Amino acid sequence: MVSLLPAPHPKERRIIFGNISKPGYAPDIETYLAHGGYESLKKALGMKPGEIVDMIKAANLRGRGGAGFPAGAKWSFIKYDDGKPHYIVVNGDESEPGTFKDRYILHQDPHQLIEGLAIAAFATNVQLSYIYIRCEFPKAAKIVWEAIKEAKAKGFLGKNILGSGFDLEIYVHQGAGAYICGEETSLLESLEGKRPYPRIKPPYFPAVLGLYMKPTIVNNVETICHVRHILAMGPEEYAKMGTPGDGGTRTMCVSGDVLRPGFYEIPCGAVTLGELINDVCGGLKPGRKLKAVIPGGSSAKVLRAGETFKMKVKGSDGQMVDKEVPLMDLVMDASTLQAAGTMVGSGGVMIMDDSRDMVWALNNLNQFYAHESCGQCTPCREGSLWMSKVTTRIIGEGARPDDAKNLKNIADNIAGRTVCAFGEACSWPTQSFLAKFPDEFEKRVK
Amino acid sequence: MIELQTRQADSLTTEFIAAADELVSHYPVSKRSASLPLLHLWQNHFGFIDDSGIDWIAARLDLTSINILELVTFYPWFRREQAGKTIIRVCRTLACALAGSYEVKEKFCQTVGLDPHGEHHGFGHAPPTTADGKFSVEFVECLASCGSAPVALINDDLVENITTADVSSIVDSYK
Repeated sequence: MVSLLPAPHPKERRIIFGNISKPGYAPDIETYLAHGGYESLKKALGMKPGEIVDMIKAANLRGRGGAGFPAGAKWSFIKYDDGKPHYIVVNGDESEPGTFKDRYILHQDPHQLIEGLAIAAFATNVQLSYIYIRCEFPKAAKIVWEAIKEAKAKGFLGKNILGSGFDLEIYVHQGAGAYICGEETSLLESLEGKRPYPRIKPPYFPAVLGLYMKPTIVNNVETICHVRHILAMGPEEYAKMGTPGDGGTRTMCVSGDVLRPGFYEIPCGAVTLGELINDVCGGLKPGRKLKAVIPGGSSAKVLRAGETFKMKVKGSDGQMVDKEVPLMDLVMDASTLQAAGTMVGSGGVMIMDDSRDMVWALNNLNQFYAHESCGQCTPCREGSLWMSKVTTRIIGEGARPDDAKNLKNIADNIAGRTVCAFGEACSWPTQSFLAKFPDEFEKRVK
Repeated sequence: MIELQTRQADSLTTEFIAAADELVSHYPVSKRSASLPLLHLWQNHFGFIDDSGIDWIAARLDLTSINILELVTFYPWFRREQAGKTIIRVCRTLACALAGSYEVKEKFCQTVGLDPHGEHHGFGHAPPTTADGKFSVEFVECLASCGSAPVALINDDLVENITTADVSSIVDSYK
């Protein structure tokens, strides 16, 4: 694994990866303390819990796991004094194809996560918390567990933290190789020791009926890490780094056909897709042209090179005007990508050049979703497998004349008909690849 | 003729039982939450989970055996058969596939002496394993390291930016 990051690109602003970038930075607590660690926790313990929640709201922090839900709003659903136990579960199940940021945080700066988590727990009256880490990160689980023990020995966790009267225990819980456990209600079932079938919402919103049917916050690793920095720099300054409604920095994970793939921590909305590909990531391979971009993890709808998008943008006089925005000018923030019909999701940007076969790429994703469907809902369990069979035969020898139509029909009958968002996640790739690259399917099925 | 079978649960040490107790103590609200941790403990210790393991974990957590068996049959990580001493898990998903993971996986199979087109259906079976029990090779889904594709998880180590030319020296380092 990358032990030392390259010098930051001028477009980057490393907050989460600020310490990890420093030469000699190690995951132990002494190193963390020497870099100002646990100062935000000390500050938080002197504040009123409600003030901390207000700070997170004012910082416009959105969840970094994929759904992009405002973190402050999520926290405020927990009623501090309702007399029930509350829990925070950190989602470190990072499994969305194209996303690879939490891996580095967990391995290289675990105390940043623990400090953020302790602050979040103090703000929402939580005394027991779990960090769910996928079992394909075996070393991360050990590193985070060691870090928890170190923090406890120093009085940052456990009973009566730093003399404040606040108690918190944190444990690491390892998954067992199932993508579905990244879905928050599935993760809770998994943590309860059951088959991880997602729960239906309503009524099972984690904030109401979460872990052990008690109010629960499920936040992504990167989201929780931002908490420490919001307290340190103040919500206004933090929010200013991003765009209205999407504050702070976001780690963009770029993979596929660029010269410098990797993860880049960039203020939300500070780069366009063109700048990200050509400037930050060094452009495409020599002689290649862009063909397709999946902007927010494999479940995000694919975008085609040369596309333009009609959307409202702020004109020079500050008024919102209708404008046709080319693909490469799309700002990489939540609202712009939503207006372009896709999503910023988990920040996983996958780039494909003109050497790539789009049906082959879709088939790769379809196999992923067929493997990972939990099987609870019939449309997804059967449909994800059917889609994978159809794209497999299209790229093989057995394409049938109506296969493009078949695919669309299957995908259209999954989305919106399942308990959890996996239904959308598995049908959006098929729907969008068919809509954006119809010729590649047509020439194969004739 | 009576076939003598070894039950894994018959060879538990006091250290193992203490480790299990420690894991159960992490879940003060519900012991059932310790199901996955105990399955990991068991598989890491014995290499796979036999019927006696399922029964033992269930009894330890005041559950019935089906509560544990249904986890073993759901989660791809758990297996009911011994796998190789070194398990090579090559990432199959898009970013790695774009960077050549299919070729890399084939090369791993050839290098350790496995059929590169051998099927592996999961459901508790061990991945294809060499006759000497040294290596297993399988495809797994996204390992969350797309920026350094293609990658493989070999036992507990992540190996990145693998080319087919690297494969034989990687295999040698696990011999």
